[in-house]
Amino acid sequence: MNLMGLFRSPQNELEKGGKEAEDAGIRSACPRCGVQLPLSDLQENMNVCTACGYHFRVGPRERIAYLTDEGSFYELDGDLLSRDLLDFPAYDQKLRNAKLASREKDAVVTGAAHILGHPCALFVMDPNFMMGSMGTVVGEKITRLFEFATGTGAPVVGFTVSGGARMQEGIHSLMQMAKTSAAVRRHGEAGLFYLTVLTDPTTGGVTASFAMDGDVIMAEPGATIGFAGARVIEQTIRKKLPQGFQTAEFLLDHGFVDLIVPRAQQRETIGRLLQLHDPGSIGMAEEEMGGGLE
Amino acid sequence: MSAYDKVILARSKGRPTGAAYIENVFDGFLELHGDRRFADDPAIVGGLALLGNLPVTVVAIEKGTDTKERLRRNFGMPNPEGYRKALRLMKQAEKFQRPVVCFVDTSGAYCGLGAEERGQGQAIAENLMELSTLRTPVISILIGEGGSGGALALALADQVWILENAVYSVISPEGCASILWKDPKRVKDAAECLKLTAQDMEAMGVVERVIPEENFDSAYAQIKELLAEVLPGLIATPTDELLEARYQRFRKF
Repeated sequence: MNLMGLFRSPQNELEKGGKEAEDAGIRSACPRCGVQLPLSDLQENMNVCTACGYHFRVGPRERIAYLTDEGSFYELDGDLLSRDLLDFPAYDQKLRNAKLASREKDAVVTGAAHILGHPCALFVMDPNFMMGSMGTVVGEKITRLFEFATGTGAPVVGFTVSGGARMQEGIHSLMQMAKTSAAVRRHGEAGLFYLTVLTDPTTGGVTASFAMDGDVIMAEPGATIGFAGARVIEQTIRKKLPQGFQTAEFLLDHGFVDLIVPRAQQRETIGRLLQLHDPGSIGMAEEEMGGGLE
Repeated sequence: MSAYDKVILARSKGRPTGAAYIENVFDGFLELHGDRRFADDPAIVGGLALLGNLPVTVVAIEKGTDTKERLRRNFGMPNPEGYRKALRLMKQAEKFQRPVVCFVDTSGAYCGLGAEERGQGQAIAENLMELSTLRTPVISILIGEGGSGGALALALADQVWILENAVYSVISPEGCASILWKDPKRVKDAAECLKLTAQDMEAMGVVERVIPEENFDSAYAQIKELLAEVLPGLIATPTDELLEARYQRFRKF
């Protein structure tokens, strides 16, 4: 048992399932198997269907609660707000709606955290905020996180979910792909570890930039992952796409994903990966082995 | 001219394609083929050439000029192997300290089954990451359509130039209209809203220069002159400074 838990109450109502979990009787239908799941069961099970294992989309606060050591998450740049740079029709309204739907300020939450005792920089994208689309705030927060991690020598763990670039920001959103990629590269050149976890859906400009840059790329079971949307491909090739196309399993088969890890095991797997990349543990092993690993 | 008129112009069939720029700006182009992993993508042409006496690596997206050629070139929509070929040639340029000049003209990276199987997203992502620290100067010139990530994959450069009637956008006006308004007929509105013209790009600091198009012969001559003027300065810049400036160039967005 972690004594820290005794001293800390949830800081956000979304943490630990939130108040909705207590509203007994509410049920949610699994989009895959159709079973009606009591909301409390679903939340107890990390929003994974208890019948078929379908992974529901979840927001960043839930993921942070599933993943990080209690009380260890320290949010960074939480005050950045998107602006309507191009005076794009209805974008302001869309942003307002997205804020209400997600209770976040934009489509990614970033910060520092511990996972099973291992410090890391963490970003988690938000499907409830314009389907995780990448505009300048998403690009900026991720870039700043990588710069922070490079400066402090920390590994980065990133959960992606995105419909792609945010077209309401036009070319500015495209430039985020370049900006984030350059920041990822600097982090990598400093010899630091980057783990991406691709969740449903990860597509477009996010797939074509930082999502695919991880030293290790993990995916959630069944997640849709790809560059182009399935509908666009069908229109282009004028054929039906095969079953299972652009799923995490399809990417694993084609060599673009290292491992598929169910939500319930992610914390442990990520902890192990962080440990394996911890320069401290390499140093200790060297000492134990009498100063040489060769 | 409306933004959509520019889109039409940027796509028009009479417009010179990548190969015409290679032929008219450089001497003695020697084409090199293949990504050494899977195939040779005809949608991307790359190789070695001389700019005056300076050896350069040239990479161009090629749409083709007649129907047969257009089909063979997949209408200038590269597959992952095209981006991987481009990267191979760029890494070669880095090794031999040659500058890289890219000509970009694509509606976007190809949206096909094989492209997904072979990692279109990963190929673009890798190019972006590698280009951000490629230890040799890179100049990219948008000559027609600059279609999203498929264009950016060859345009993370020290300087980006654009032809007067070329466009650069995160999504096509058609795609934008159908996603946003479920009405593909509103392409003109979409083109306007996206702010995708060369002039918009200059105003937003996305490009360093707009190349006038009185006629294309003068455009070739100007590109040649500008390259001869700008490249020596970039070559003389210490590499770490060059890369820092490249980082900051995109960091500002």
